[in-house]
Amino acid sequence: MNHFPEAWGRPRDDIYGSYNASYLPQSRGGLQSHHQPTTHTQQPIVTGTSVLALKFSTGVVIAADNLASYGSLARFTDVHRLKPFNKRAVVGFGGDVSDMQYLDRLLNSLDVEENYTSPTGDAKSDDDRALVDAPLMSAKNLHTYLAKVMYKRRTDFNPLWNALLVCGLDEKDQPFLASADLLGTTFSAPSMATGFGAHLAQPLLRRVAPDEAATQELSKEKAVEAIKECMKVLFYRDARSMNEYSVAVIDQSGVELKEDEKLENQSWAFADRIKGYGTQTV
Amino acid sequence: MVGVRFKEVEKRDQAVITTGHSTPHLTPPYTPPITTTMPGFDFSNHNRNLALHSRGVPLPKATSTGTTIVGCLYDGGVVIAADTRATSGPIVADKNCEKLHYISPQIWCAGAGTAADTEFTTALISSNLELHALSTGRKPRVVTVMTMLKQHLFRYQGHIGAYLVVAGCDPTGAHLFTVHAHGSTDKLPYVTMGSGSLAAMSVFETQWKNSMTRDEAVALCAQAIQAGIFNDLGSGSNVDVCVITKEKTELLRNYITPNVREQKMRNYKFAKGTTAVLDQKVITKEEISKYVTVQDIGDGETGVGEKMEVDS
Amino acid sequence: MASLFQQSMPSTGPGYSFASAPTHHSSSGPRQHAFYPYTDNGGSTLGISGATFTILAGDTRSTSGYNINSRYAPKLFRIGGDGPENEGARIVLSVVGFAADGNALKERLDTMVKMYRYQHGKEISVHACAQRLSHILYGKRFFPYYVTAILGGLDDEGKGALYSYDPVGSYEREQCRAAGAASSLIMPFLDNQVNLKNQYDPASGEGLEKVMRVPEPLPQETVEQLVRDAFTSAVERHIEVGDGLQMMIITKEGVQETFTPLKKD
Repeated sequence: MNHFPEAWGRPRDDIYGSYNASYLPQSRGGLQSHHQPTTHTQQPIVTGTSVLALKFSTGVVIAADNLASYGSLARFTDVHRLKPFNKRAVVGFGGDVSDMQYLDRLLNSLDVEENYTSPTGDAKSDDDRALVDAPLMSAKNLHTYLAKVMYKRRTDFNPLWNALLVCGLDEKDQPFLASADLLGTTFSAPSMATGFGAHLAQPLLRRVAPDEAATQELSKEKAVEAIKECMKVLFYRDARSMNEYSVAVIDQSGVELKEDEKLENQSWAFADRIKGYGTQTV
Repeated sequence: MVGVRFKEVEKRDQAVITTGHSTPHLTPPYTPPITTTMPGFDFSNHNRNLALHSRGVPLPKATSTGTTIVGCLYDGGVVIAADTRATSGPIVADKNCEKLHYISPQIWCAGAGTAADTEFTTALISSNLELHALSTGRKPRVVTVMTMLKQHLFRYQGHIGAYLVVAGCDPTGAHLFTVHAHGSTDKLPYVTMGSGSLAAMSVFETQWKNSMTRDEAVALCAQAIQAGIFNDLGSGSNVDVCVITKEKTELLRNYITPNVREQKMRNYKFAKGTTAVLDQKVITKEEISKYVTVQDIGDGETGVGEKMEVDS
Repeated sequence: MASLFQQSMPSTGPGYSFASAPTHHSSSGPRQHAFYPYTDNGGSTLGISGATFTILAGDTRSTSGYNINSRYAPKLFRIGGDGPENEGARIVLSVVGFAADGNALKERLDTMVKMYRYQHGKEISVHACAQRLSHILYGKRFFPYYVTAILGGLDDEGKGALYSYDPVGSYEREQCRAAGAASSLIMPFLDNQVNLKNQYDPASGEGLEKVMRVPEPLPQETVEQLVRDAFTSAVERHIEVGDGLQMMIITKEGVQETFTPLKKD
């Protein structure tokens, strides 16, 4: 998956060749004269770029910038793409923003349903539930749910054009981090990044946490620092990014979400010595 | 009979057009006969290609090599580095190829893109530069190489798929450029190219600083290449480094080898007689000497070529 | 800097240069786009059966284009047994191709095997499970699960049983099978080393008199070594194979799982 959300879910031209539209009716660029049924297929319109996440010894840190792009236009600069589900789970959304909002609504109704059907009927808030030690839906449960929603929608040829990172704590209170995308593909790793982050941030995150054992040794401070450094690199090199972002830390003490962080200590030291692009000297 | 033969010819033509995957671009494997000779350019193939494409015929795929190449200036010189994996599709074609090309003693080039294009383009420019240096009686300059490369590549409008990092030292100092296949150039203190360029760039963007020493620059470039090797599937195997200073050029072939193959568990030597021999004929050294000169090179270390990987 | 990323993104994107050539679209009505519901997550699997065991193996790399999604994404799954961890399972399924379909297929087969025990009060035989898997695959004949599956276990006589499948359910019991990205690299090696193809008995006759070596079930240790050599070699020559080797050995004692690191480049 690359940083062109409009290319996600399409057959790769370099392998399959460009799309052969000949079977489509003439009105759709094909050669057939008869009418074809309309399908649900679509393209992302307003999009969010990368989401990054990294596990550490007692939890997970996740970040995404606050930009929603309309093509190459930086359309909305205050869109929060990290959605806390409960005290143990946060979802980060990349890709189409309207589909993100749909999923957010879906998760809210799921949360309401969970609160009603849970065995502790008198718990009114997350805190009450914790007191009576009732099971709270874990990040792992949430990931399974979302992965199935995504897979169902792709199977119906009506995909939700997103790449999700689900993170938090699993049912044994261990750090959990996994992804799901518009095709329903899921996987898990010590560090994860969607979109452009898969190219630019993942190499850095893998140096910090090459395997699960390394995450056991990683402190929360180191993990947050690594994620912030990656957000900076992404701002330098991802043309669909911005310097304001949200970051969430999920551990035993719950979700700590900050939605108006700003990049710090940017370095433009290389810039002063650049003169032209070739033979220019002044 | 005539009709049948005509059909066959037609079929073969179609096969040529649709399966010509080995040629990087749709240069005519099949040229329609031109009946009248006209002066100037002939764009009929361009129209034909558009027509073919609109009927769903895909363009032949360019055989492009995934690569990570980088370059970095430091106080007193310049470093370039490359990985050593060459691929054709998902298959590793060469596990230890050389992507650092010689231009002149103090100017070297790292190449990404179509392997043949990087090799021939650098060889051509190297040759022309030698002649240029002889005719001017001066040491060649990096800007000259960069200009010759961009002019050559621009003429071919991107059809020569060479993506190059040009680096070297000349009387005007140490220089570092990138040249893209379409002819655009960049002049920056640190550069990366190839399919692993983003992985490598992430290292530069976090670790690069002004005025580094030689060793710092070499370490940084090697780290950037390793980011490509381990995170980009198009890149792999070893790190090659080239350090160029005013005084000399050091080519550090296989500077780091982080991907040595482990020992195989089993031995796959076949017992003599496993393959059936139906006929055999022995040609003695004396007999073959009638046709070629035979020279015994022994089995010492000086044998030609790299040692082949065989099971003992 | 302008064109830095132009050539560095050959991975999953469509070729914009040609795709953006003028095409005639009608301006009215909904625009139709080709959503392609599949992707290839790379990797390779293989299975070999012996006299008293079956070994299934797969690398643990998950890829997308030139990217590595994860260095540990298992392709081998226990089928049946108890609970979500499949304790006590005696059947193993390996899937390679489109990972989301592989997962869906695994869950369907696992549920089905568990339901079988609930309804019939006995464990399903590998034979029956294999046929059921074929039916599940064929059930989606016109929107297939884009996976190559290999199913392993022990048959009623306690012999190693290995079944290999194509994406739409054609299946066959075999001695050995390689699947996935590097199958074309591994399968010839298996043909030669397990089924002893192209090998004549060195002690027998000369020329046309020579007799082929006769394949017989290999000992477990030999098979484990062959599997590891097959994968370390595939890693050398296929970019989508690497990171780790997951092996599951099914014997009458149960399923034993091992993990060995592979090269990560």
